[in-house]
Amino acid sequence: MILKKILIIYFLLIFPLQSNEVNQELIEIYKNLRCLICQGQSVADSNSDFATTLKLVVQDQVEEGKTKKEIYDFLISKYGEWIVYQPPLNKNNFLLWFLPYFILALGGLIIFIIIRKSNNNKAN
Amino acid sequence: MKINFSKIIIFSFVVFLISVFWMGLKNNNNYNTKNLTGSEISSFKLPSIYNGDIISDETLKQNQFTLINFFASWCAPCRLEHKYLIKLANHNKDIKILGINFKDKKKNVINFLNELDDPYDYVVEDQDGKTSILFGIYGIPETILINKELIIIKKIVGPIDKKQFEEILNFIQ
Repeated sequence: MILKKILIIYFLLIFPLQSNEVNQELIEIYKNLRCLICQGQSVADSNSDFATTLKLVVQDQVEEGKTKKEIYDFLISKYGEWIVYQPPLNKNNFLLWFLPYFILALGGLIIFIIIRKSNNNKAN
Repeated sequence: MKINFSKIIIFSFVVFLISVFWMGLKNNNNYNTKNLTGSEISSFKLPSIYNGDIISDETLKQNQFTLINFFASWCAPCRLEHKYLIKLANHNKDIKILGINFKDKKKNVINFLNELDDPYDYVVEDQDGKTSILFGIYGIPETILINKELIIIKKIVGPIDKKQFEEILNFIQ
């Protein structure tokens, strides 16, 4: 009897957790998808016809066991990279990925040169 | 002559930024899904609005050309393009027109077609709209012209106008 109760409590606790995990994954995917007909909104934020339909398609694909990458690849094949907020790295967008690091390094180099120059001036 | 490295770096950076902005301004940033032209349509199966018969991509392989038109009775621009669909249906027998009715009520679609005339060889319903995603649709109306091999020849976003109607005619003649 006690074992039965423990099992019931166990299932009651585990199933909502699993469902939450799936919901969390869905929300993450929706947030990374651009609502193409909205002004600066993600699919997660929009209730437009397009966003609602896209949510259904993503939900189906998650239930089929598809990975995030497979879902994004499918949508990119239909709508281009514009559909995702975080596009995959390729030759067309490598600047988008590396420019911030390049600017950081450049800024560091400029600061280094300025400091060295001012030290040299002080020494002289 | 002493070379001022920081000035050269700052100058190069400014030139680089201006070039990036200039290239960005020159590019056409209007979003569309015309890049699907040349690719094969995805497999689909949808029921006919009249008798529930299944129409699929296999059905379309029998046609020389098929014009797939996404429409709805609640869509005002669909009424604007309807006359061109009627003209196409009467003009050329090599082209079949598939109407995919998007998120609509059967009664309203039938009223819509009774009122404006029915140019479609097949009318199917996409109740939840999921099939539209397979075709890269993001608004209604949208139209896709495919050939016998199910390859997309032309994709029209928005209502068909006179120019696009003539382009479709050129493709199929």
